[in-house]
Amino acid sequence: MLILTCPVCSVTAEETEFHGGGEAHLTRFGPGASEEEFENYLFMRENPRGVHFERWRHVYGCGKWFHAARCTTTLEVFGTYPAQTLEPPKTLRAQISKKRPGWFWRGFE
Amino acid sequence: MSKRHSTGGRLLNREKALHFTFNGQKFSGYEGDTLASSLLANDQMLVGRSFKYHRPRGVVAAGAEEPNGLVNMGEGGRFEPNQRVTTTELFDGLTARSQNHWPSLEFDIGVVNSRLARFLPAGFYYKMFIHPRPFWKYIYEPFIRQSAGLGQAPKEPDADTYEHFYHFCDLLIIGGGIAGLQAAKTAAKSGARVMLIEQTGHWGGRAVVDGGMVDGDPVDNYVEQTVAELAALDNVTLRTRMMGAGVYDHGYVLGYEQLRDHLPGSMGPRHRLWRIRAGHIVTATGAIERPLSFAGNDVPGVTLAAAVRDYLVNYGVSIGQRTVVVTNNDDAYRTAFALHDAGLSVPAILDARTGLGKTDMRERAEARGITVMAGHAVASVKGGKRVTGIAVCKQEGAGAVVQEIACDAVAMSGGWSPVVHLWSHCGGKLQWDADHAFFRPDADKAPTGDAGQPFVTVAGAANGALKLADILEDADAGARAAAAQIGHKIRKSKSPVAQREEEAPLEPVWLMPAEAEVKLRSKAWLDYQNDVKVSDVQLAAQEGFESVEHAKRYTTLGMATDQGKLSNINGLAILSDALGRPIPQTGTTTFRPPYTPISMGAIGGEARGEVFQPLRRTPMHDWHAAHGADWEPVGHWRRPYAFVRDGERLKDSVNREVLNTRRNLGLLDASTLGKIIVKGPDAPKFLDMMYTNMMSTLKPGKCRYGLMCSENGFLIDDGVVARLDEQTYLCHTTTGGAERIHQHMEEWLQTEWWDWQVYVANVTEQYAQVAVVGPNARRALEKLGGMDVSKEALGFMEWADGTLGGFKVRAYRISFSGELSYEIAVDASHGLALWEKLMEAGAAFGVMPYGTEALHILRAEKGFIMIGDETDGTVIPQDLGLDWAISKKKEDFLGKRAQARRHMTDPKRWKLVGLETLSGAVIPDGAYAIGEGTNANGQRNVIGRVTSTYYSPTLDRGIAMGLVLYGPDRMGEVISFPGTEGATFKARIVDPVFYDKEGEKQNV
Ligand SMILES: [Zn+2]
Repeated sequence: MLILTCPVCSVTAEETEFHGGGEAHLTRFGPGASEEEFENYLFMRENPRGVHFERWRHVYGCGKWFHAARCTTTLEVFGTYPAQTLEPPKTLRAQISKKRPGWFWRGFE
Repeated sequence: MSKRHSTGGRLLNREKALHFTFNGQKFSGYEGDTLASSLLANDQMLVGRSFKYHRPRGVVAAGAEEPNGLVNMGEGGRFEPNQRVTTTELFDGLTARSQNHWPSLEFDIGVVNSRLARFLPAGFYYKMFIHPRPFWKYIYEPFIRQSAGLGQAPKEPDADTYEHFYHFCDLLIIGGGIAGLQAAKTAAKSGARVMLIEQTGHWGGRAVVDGGMVDGDPVDNYVEQTVAELAALDNVTLRTRMMGAGVYDHGYVLGYEQLRDHLPGSMGPRHRLWRIRAGHIVTATGAIERPLSFAGNDVPGVTLAAAVRDYLVNYGVSIGQRTVVVTNNDDAYRTAFALHDAGLSVPAILDARTGLGKTDMRERAEARGITVMAGHAVASVKGGKRVTGIAVCKQEGAGAVVQEIACDAVAMSGGWSPVVHLWSHCGGKLQWDADHAFFRPDADKAPTGDAGQPFVTVAGAANGALKLADILEDADAGARAAAAQIGHKIRKSKSPVAQREEEAPLEPVWLMPAEAEVKLRSKAWLDYQNDVKVSDVQLAAQEGFESVEHAKRYTTLGMATDQGKLSNINGLAILSDALGRPIPQTGTTTFRPPYTPISMGAIGGEARGEVFQPLRRTPMHDWHAAHGADWEPVGHWRRPYAFVRDGERLKDSVNREVLNTRRNLGLLDASTLGKIIVKGPDAPKFLDMMYTNMMSTLKPGKCRYGLMCSENGFLIDDGVVARLDEQTYLCHTTTGGAERIHQHMEEWLQTEWWDWQVYVANVTEQYAQVAVVGPNARRALEKLGGMDVSKEALGFMEWADGTLGGFKVRAYRISFSGELSYEIAVDASHGLALWEKLMEAGAAFGVMPYGTEALHILRAEKGFIMIGDETDGTVIPQDLGLDWAISKKKEDFLGKRAQARRHMTDPKRWKLVGLETLSGAVIPDGAYAIGEGTNANGQRNVIGRVTSTYYSPTLDRGIAMGLVLYGPDRMGEVISFPGTEGATFKARIVDPVFYDKEGEKQNV
């Protein structure tokens, strides 16, 4: 059971206070999108061994959604940040690079 | 024979005799006994039958690793199967029954399986059950049913109570042997909050049995003093009878405390599940002795050497009077010495080590007059239900017998395996230690925490340090390292020093004798509980099961309730040998929590009966209860299914409520419907995205029925939306959907359109809501007096604020029944008063409350869909003929793109229709309609299914709705729905609106 820190209310809590919401930084495709674009948006997900970006909601706390950068093999949490962004913060990416040189995820590095 | 001696037994209180029964027979033991030791004290060596061959089995170990001694314990509400005799503390009145035999333990019919052994090889289940299908019914299933399962399932509700504890500490030390005690002592100096837990009722682990000197004193004194010192410290918590069951992510640990298993019936919870979050964990879980694999190593009386010592020292019980010791290491000599010193006969020590020279232990044995036979092994064990002797052979060779020795017990030791389970649970890796022939934790590959830091340290025997002096040193060093990990410094101090004993190295022995023939190998047991032999693992390897995980599942090695604590290392050594590769290359199977089984009661904790989950009650709940409500759970709510009058059957109540609502006046408690306020300048734009309908064009004062879809296009909820003002909407959701839809809205607002100015609030519980339904609805409201509820002032699909009978209300003209209908919302605190006033005012108009079943029938008669009946997560609005509620003008809404996908526009999607049985009968719920021909599996093709089906009292016939292939194009066609027991229902496809097709009644 993970420990996460909500970046919105700063509470550090057990995983049971949160609810996982799948992969972060998806780009929504709506009407006008091609079959392939829409299929990618709806169904295709990363399944990395290592650095991953996920959505979480502080469901039994402040109720806010946020993102977490996490290692899927060691369970290390590199950091969390509010969901209102299109990409992981630069400082966090730099921190991850120190620990996992050469990491790559969905066009971010 | 096994018996109790008149002296000895350091854990016994001989002043206090305890009485118990085993298979109905009366026995006695002493306070301090385990069930195992007291059975052995009474010469009850046979304790059970094995799972597959029903072979007689006796106690083989003295602790949690015991594979054979599992019994059904207790009676009635305190009955529990698979209780381990070696860890069950004896109490007065204990009742136990052995398992897995019929008709009796002594005479078991299932033993015939043993004679069929050659027909039950490894992978038996996989090989056999492919074959003819009829065999399943007549042969396989009865066979498996008879053989399956070790214990019986309890028949009565658990009479005990259980609880959960939450605990936080800096350092959790698991294991109260000398390693755990020393680690706690060292760590406590740092001031860190330390918790030390021990799975048995006693501190000190093996050391107090094995003896030795610490700082010049016997180790018992060291244990006693250390426990006393720790107990006096404020920063240390000590618990016995508490097992570290599992280690999970980021330092989370489940502790399983057995509070009252030894005091049954006393006040308080029986078990407690501790949910511990530790800054760092030290596992000091010791080591487990391995059996040796020789023919007949499962005959009762063949026991682990250390267990023989445990029973003698702790309980004054000897397993045999003439005990042959067979070993590949020095430790088992301690058993020979203990037996000899107690005046018992040890005819020989068979030391399988071929290169054994003049060792210290050998000299000590020979000085006592015990014969040491170096390079010798057990060829086979004589005896069935107990040992009568052994045949001796050379370890090197195929098993030619050189001598026979009469004996009534065999003490075996194949070396020790560190208990690495807890280290491994959360990803700690192991390394093979060739010198000691065991896997030990690889300190460089520890489980890691949230910051990537190692969060488990291993100390003592669990870390591969088997000697007293090494254990204390390792524990001290481990505690220092662990404290440093969490930022605590420990000043340099002297740690206790234990006297060193010289030990000669062990020689790995995986099979005895080394070149044993198949006759011997097929009697050499690896897994006692699942009956897996050396020959089975070899066969698995031969058949290509090279991965240890595959071989495990194929042979079932290590898959029993003991999870292979004794068998795993021996098994994978045999597998490695058969595959001709080194052991570390084969690796281990995965260690999974819990370490030993924990009770279902402990997992559930307090959450049973009334407190299983919170119950949501509407403000009118008690009124309903007082008026015959037959409850239906809906989410966490309880809603009246119907209000049952004296002498009425439930279905009569439902029919009465439906008819009365159609003819006179019905009241429904609709408070559970979800109510979500959506407010802000961008609220219209937001709701246009949330609903398939256009909500931005809805005028204040008006209501609109809306559909909500997921981004996949599937229908997820429906309800009436009321526009309160330019920037405010009130969205009704289904009863079960309120929280889900609120969160759905929040998710899109927070993660996709975070720049939109919208606020949503779930106000479901702020309001009570009463549906006033039926031709007399308006008259009843007018009698209450207040706001104008005429058709002109409050038209269909409009709402208004006002007063009724003195209550401040919001009245909605909406109908889920097809009748003239108002839903009246008031502050929740006024809900009951309004309800009672409506009942009073309605009395003159034939008012009756109605429940959810009448609600369902009323809506089905009108062809209104119900989320969860007509939808199942794969249904889109177009399937339900709801195209009219899908805006064509909007560029975008959730689900729009998905509904344009090829599969979604396929004309072959089943579509909603009404179904009328030709006979008037009611079609069974969920029935499928049969079409022409068969599918690829030879099953008849299906062309539709029933989604809702009821007896309609209004029409006095069965009505149904269903999804049918080309349904709307097949009006009037008759299709068949097979029911159960050969019945078939023929039904005509009709319009789903069965009643008042023009909708005149609701719009008056
Ligand atoms: Zn928060």
